Amino acid sequence: MTDQGLVRRSAEELAASIASGEVSAVEVTQAHLERIAAVDAEPGVHAFLHVDQDGALSAAAAVDAKRAAGEPLGPLAGVPLALKDVITTADMPTTAGSRILEGWQPPYDATVTAKLRDAGIVILGKTNLDEFAMGSSTENSAFGPTRNPWDLNRIPGGSGGGSAASLAAFEAPLAIGTDTGGSIRQPAAVTGTVGVKPTYGGVSRYGLIACASSLDQAGPCARTVMDAALLHSVIAGHDPLDSTSIDEAVPDVVAAARQGAHGDLAGLRVGVVKELGGDGYQAGVEARFAEAVELLGKLGAEVVEVSCPNFTYALPAYYLIMPSEVSSNLARFDAMRFGLRVGDDGSRGAEEVMNITRGVGFGAEAKRRIILGTYALSSGYYDAYYGQAQKVRTLVSRDFEAAFAKVDVLVSPTTPTTAFPIGEKVDDPLAMYTNDLCTIPSNLAGNASASFPCGLADEDGLPVGLHVMAPVLGDHRLYRVGAALEQALVSEWGGYLLNKAPELEERR
Amino acid sequence: MSTAIALPTFEDVIARFDPVMGMEVHVELGTVTKMFCGCSTAFGAEPNTQVCPTCLGFPGSLPVVNQMAVESAIRIGLALNCTIAEHCRFARKNYFYPDMPKNYQISQYDEPIAFDGWTEVTVDTADGAQVFRIGIERAHMEEDTGKSLHVGGATGRIHGASHSLLDYNRAGIPLIEIVTKPIEVDPALAPAVARAYVTELRELIRALGVSEARMELGQMRCDANVSLKPRGATVLGTRTETKNVNSLRSVERAVTYEIRRQATVLDAGEKIVQETRHWHEDTGETTPGRVKEEAEDYRYFPEPDLVPVAPSRDWVERLRGTLPEPPAARRARLQSEWGFTDLEMRDVVNAGALGLVAETIAAGADAAGAKKWWLGEIARTANERGVGVEESGITPAQVARVEELINDGALNDKLARQVVEGVLAGEGSPDEVVAARGLAVVSDESALASAVDDAIAAMPDVAEKIRGGNMGAVGALIGSVMKATRGQADAKRVRELIVQRLTA
Repeated sequence: MTDQGLVRRSAEELAASIASGEVSAVEVTQAHLERIAAVDAEPGVHAFLHVDQDGALSAAAAVDAKRAAGEPLGPLAGVPLALKDVITTADMPTTAGSRILEGWQPPYDATVTAKLRDAGIVILGKTNLDEFAMGSSTENSAFGPTRNPWDLNRIPGGSGGGSAASLAAFEAPLAIGTDTGGSIRQPAAVTGTVGVKPTYGGVSRYGLIACASSLDQAGPCARTVMDAALLHSVIAGHDPLDSTSIDEAVPDVVAAARQGAHGDLAGLRVGVVKELGGDGYQAGVEARFAEAVELLGKLGAEVVEVSCPNFTYALPAYYLIMPSEVSSNLARFDAMRFGLRVGDDGSRGAEEVMNITRGVGFGAEAKRRIILGTYALSSGYYDAYYGQAQKVRTLVSRDFEAAFAKVDVLVSPTTPTTAFPIGEKVDDPLAMYTNDLCTIPSNLAGNASASFPCGLADEDGLPVGLHVMAPVLGDHRLYRVGAALEQALVSEWGGYLLNKAPELEERR
Repeated sequence: MSTAIALPTFEDVIARFDPVMGMEVHVELGTVTKMFCGCSTAFGAEPNTQVCPTCLGFPGSLPVVNQMAVESAIRIGLALNCTIAEHCRFARKNYFYPDMPKNYQISQYDEPIAFDGWTEVTVDTADGAQVFRIGIERAHMEEDTGKSLHVGGATGRIHGASHSLLDYNRAGIPLIEIVTKPIEVDPALAPAVARAYVTELRELIRALGVSEARMELGQMRCDANVSLKPRGATVLGTRTETKNVNSLRSVERAVTYEIRRQATVLDAGEKIVQETRHWHEDTGETTPGRVKEEAEDYRYFPEPDLVPVAPSRDWVERLRGTLPEPPAARRARLQSEWGFTDLEMRDVVNAGALGLVAETIAAGADAAGAKKWWLGEIARTANERGVGVEESGITPAQVARVEELINDGALNDKLARQVVEGVLAGEGSPDEVVAARGLAVVSDESALASAVDDAIAAMPDVAEKIRGGNMGAVGALIGSVMKATRGQADAKRVRELIVQRLTA
């Protein structure tokens, strides 16, 4: 039996306990490793692709040694974390959920990884994802799907289903996700956890295996708003190795979360996006969303309706820009320098080996997007597809600008539906893509947004997320709103939403 | 490899056709680090030792622009009288090739950093030097690819090879590609103008100090586009692009060959195929490469990993202030300072010795002396070794020292040549060679006087002629003295002594 007392604590509480000496970092890590061993193996959650027991324990021991030596510890020192397997680690394999990188050990740490280590955060292992972060269900992982801890027959969202599920299954109190079209926020919504996509450029992409470079953004995943804020502070900041990273002060998200926790949103203007709701949205999702908006009003916020007419075109534009970049970013997987190599028996030329390897190494969704993107960028089609999509992108950004001239944050449901059963949409890519209807506009415009738990849908009892969008570098506003909502709901429910999740069977 | 059909003569072709040329020159910048990472660009290292996750295209790696490379690109653009873009982006050029780590090249496409410029080149003609203005379409930044070594075949090309080796040391080295506007000149001068343009560009790049631009090392690579149109036609003909024409002489030869070859095709009533062609230095011919119709669609799109380059106007103006004197103006100034004829000046330039001669003169040598050494003894030795004069092993300061020793009377011409030969052979500085080889001129007056007396005594008949006023006979006596002193006497002093003794 896992020590439920430790694995159910927040990161903030764990860090305080470690700092005070109540519990050692090794004990905390050990408890989480035991929980992983108990619930993760098939047919369990399968949040992890790789667990680094030795590395985690020695990182924890290093924190304990530092504490013993009286050295100062960071605010999250000794707290375990689950790292999405699309971020490089020099001491663990990094697969991006793809057969083509199976067993690949990067020679370098991502900037995010390095910052986590510097902060004394203990990396438990690497979490499952849709191949190259392309998908909304984790079913596109070459290594099998992750299951939603609320119902093991349902998807945990994607692409960062492993990171979100690890939190909801109490395998880790913190996780890192990456968000290209909703891959942090949609899994957070359907697992009842917190997920934040920072402003594009707020967190370094160095070492993040690219899906679509102009859209990808790493961010914090947690069970509480304050935990997400603390993690956000650790990983954010300018990085000279990423020329698209923003060279400005990181918004003070921790202070904003503290301010929000007082439960006062007086003076805050909230815009409900008219276009994100209605047809195709599950009734239970709309009901919880409406209540959450009403609650924000009760907390003092001024709520108005805002129209963002071009959001309607965001999804089709996204599905041109994203695959275009994917088609180019995935070209490097050619069997020459790293990863899988198939068919090199001495009789074939390099081009043939490349073709065979890519044929075997990539899954169906990766191939679909490579083909879409290659087509969209081809001469004669570029203007009609990629070029037009870029224009839509500009229009979406203008919609945000116009809206943020009137309100401080925008809100919508995070996803149109709750978690759907595994297998339900695998043969219908278009239905799968509509999961990201609400989250995609923020990737196109590069602004900050987040998903916070706001209740369970009546029809299926599954979590619903409130999607909050803030302007570029307005990340702190998300935390103020999220923390205010959280304290109000926690007091209403008598605890966190995740306490309502069914107990997972511990099989060890 | 030889052509089956006999080509018409160049003179015959240009009597009927007008060639149009376009030159694309790639210059490897001499930056310390690569275009998008911190790896060294030093030439000649062990394969795959100057690489990192970024220039190997490893998953998750990102490029960061080398500021020095941007600065060099802007200075090249300014020196070519281009407009410098206020805002420009990099683009991805997508195609698969094993020596290209990411399977796309970061380049610039529709937004080059410099565009719409010109430069002037001078060509010697029967009517004297003629100046041509060459339009510059654009100069843009990009990264180099790695190198493939195809092993096991006869030709070193991929065809017939058993396997290939890849060296990524070159991958990511900054390149500037400079593209001319179409060049249409007096047809008879077209190949010479092409060569003069590349020569001029090389001088300019060197004067800017942005690259050594050594063609034999691939630091400067030239692709020559050529098309023909019948005399008087306005529509351009189909062009071919001859790749990797990597010496000045080859530029002229390749253009000439391609003009003649295309005329042969057109004369036969056939069409020119738009294609790239390989240049063969040994046979002086081009052979077909990749046909353009089959060429890939590069699917260019703006590079999302890099922010746009937006050089401030202040910076551009500051860089304009660092431009060296334009090569043509510099040459004119030096020519007049040195008192060289057009022909002498051209010889110096063609030998790639302009800078060396200038430095030698700056170190104290006179112009004639400096030119004599660099175009004579040193050029000959460098040529024998197959290296450039700048690599011959002697420095301008050393050449100036040899000249100084001559002027001081410590060396005569013959001894000086031996000193230069010693320095070139790696025996040390001129003074060290003089000491080690014992090459000092005999300046001991009494020893010299007795050698002269001995010579006069040994050749009384010659002495008699001189006494009779036949000064032409002095040479024989000087020769005898020089022989006796093993060449180490100062011939001028010997003459003085002989004349003194026989005519006083």
